[in-house]
Amino acid sequence: MAMTAVRETPPASRSAPDAGHEAADAGLEAVFEATLAADERVEPRDWMPDGYRATLIRQIAQHAHSEIIGMQPEANWITRAPSLRRKAILMAKVQDEAGHGLYLYSAAETLGASRDELLDKLHSGRQRYSSIFNYPTLTWADVGAIGWLVDGAAIINQVPLCRCSYGPYARAMVRICKEESFHQRQGFESLLALSQGTPEQHAMAQDAVDRWWWPSLMMFGPPDADSTHSAQSMAWKIKRHSNDELRQRFVDICVPQAEALGLTLPDPELRWNDERGHYDYGAIDWDEFQQVLRGNGPCNEQRLTRRRRAHDNGAWVREAASAYAAKHGPEER
Amino acid sequence: MTTARPETPAADAGPAEHLHAALALGDDALVLAQRLGEWTGNAPTLEEDVALTNIGLDLLGQARHLLGLVGDEDELAFHRDEREFRNLQLVEQPNGDFAHTIARQLYFSCAQSLVHRELAASDSPLAGLAGKTVHEVAYHRDHAVQWTLRLGDGTEESRTRMQRALDALWRYTGELFDPVPGLPVDLPALRAPWLRDVTEVVERATLRLPSGPDRAAWAAGGGRDGVHTEAFGRLLAEMQHLPRSHPGARW
Repeated sequence: MAMTAVRETPPASRSAPDAGHEAADAGLEAVFEATLAADERVEPRDWMPDGYRATLIRQIAQHAHSEIIGMQPEANWITRAPSLRRKAILMAKVQDEAGHGLYLYSAAETLGASRDELLDKLHSGRQRYSSIFNYPTLTWADVGAIGWLVDGAAIINQVPLCRCSYGPYARAMVRICKEESFHQRQGFESLLALSQGTPEQHAMAQDAVDRWWWPSLMMFGPPDADSTHSAQSMAWKIKRHSNDELRQRFVDICVPQAEALGLTLPDPELRWNDERGHYDYGAIDWDEFQQVLRGNGPCNEQRLTRRRRAHDNGAWVREAASAYAAKHGPEER
Repeated sequence: MTTARPETPAADAGPAEHLHAALALGDDALVLAQRLGEWTGNAPTLEEDVALTNIGLDLLGQARHLLGLVGDEDELAFHRDEREFRNLQLVEQPNGDFAHTIARQLYFSCAQSLVHRELAASDSPLAGLAGKTVHEVAYHRDHAVQWTLRLGDGTEESRTRMQRALDALWRYTGELFDPVPGLPVDLPALRAPWLRDVTEVVERATLRLPSGPDRAAWAAGGGRDGVHTEAFGRLLAEMQHLPRSHPGARW
């Protein structure tokens, strides 16, 4: 299979420096810098700085993990979706998320990592996933709020990644963004149905937006002043905009959408600023953000335990598939 | 709400007779889709998460089409009690381990594959749908066959689990071939080809075909008459909770 082939032939990486290599590296580095300067794509076989490779592996892996862990809060409602149409939409969405995880693990593998190793880092807590998925889905409306706000924030974050300097990541993001936009529209439409439904449904929608608004704003990461990796990632053209720029763009988009939904956003300081040409918004609770990142959010423990359990419970199945392939060859039907 | 409750088939079936069959087949697909939906996020590999959810989605699509012929799909799915459901007891069985789920898929999809092929060739109003679903059912069958082979002929543990699953679910297979009113398929006649089909797979997987009775004695009427197993009420409680709490709401 293609993934195994990638794993067996990791792209050339810089070995221990000696005089000859250093001279060669200087030339390679110039090529790399020229590629970035020309806004062209770095490909798996190209030389790249170790730090660039490591940063991308970490970012793509954590992106993949977020897709996989992100299946849980929504899958929580598959068996309870209130209409067959909504159930079908939700199943298709969660299935897409597993697919996005697969694209992204493949992209990370082009950098010489293996999916097994990355999953192991997720399961042992050595790599993170998006803090947003540590919040619980308490009512059906949360599924709509996730579609509207969480997928909406993800799209704002991810659209610039379609132009990221690393080719395989950029191409994965093109495919992913198309599907995410679709999910986001469906989430909006689901919330609209609730908002325009019975008084109980409207209250359910408002409550969900109240609980998901601030965590969604935290998805853009710490404020620019505290963002440690940002400058380097922007220089490498992995990142195209700062956290605060993207967060502002998200707020500006959401306010009129909330009005269209007939719902309010839970921020008394939210108001249009004519001078800036943007909405001002209230202070984010960064202590909460740090707590969730440190593993102390409402569902951190439960999400990881569930993921580990699925993996551990499936070990005998994966072993059976390997044993069968060893006996029969992978191609036998 | 009142739902058309299929009566014992009359020999001179009226023109709407096929709706009895649509309800039975639609309930099979709906209930199995619900079970597969429980797997989402819990499968042994990501690929399998995609596959099981995909099969669940196909079945949910079939259910929506079939229930839609009978009445309002959501009324039928969410506002009937367990005694009104017409699905097979096989499809309502809990997921158990992965082998258990695969055994249920194998027994069901081998039967469904034969039924849909005949239905597609019939002059039933359901023939058009069956013509479309034949291909997805073939994919479901292939998926179950491939996993039966891998688990049966994999490791000692997987072999033991697969055999146990085949044995445990065997008692629900007789019901697959009880006649369904309004279905222009000779179901009892399909038992022989189904048995050949399943036997071939099971033997290739180095397993043995279960030998006990193929229907539980207490399930005389069985799922087609609205007599279900205990796990089913809980499945419905979970599935129906929200629409039942908000009568008249639209989602």
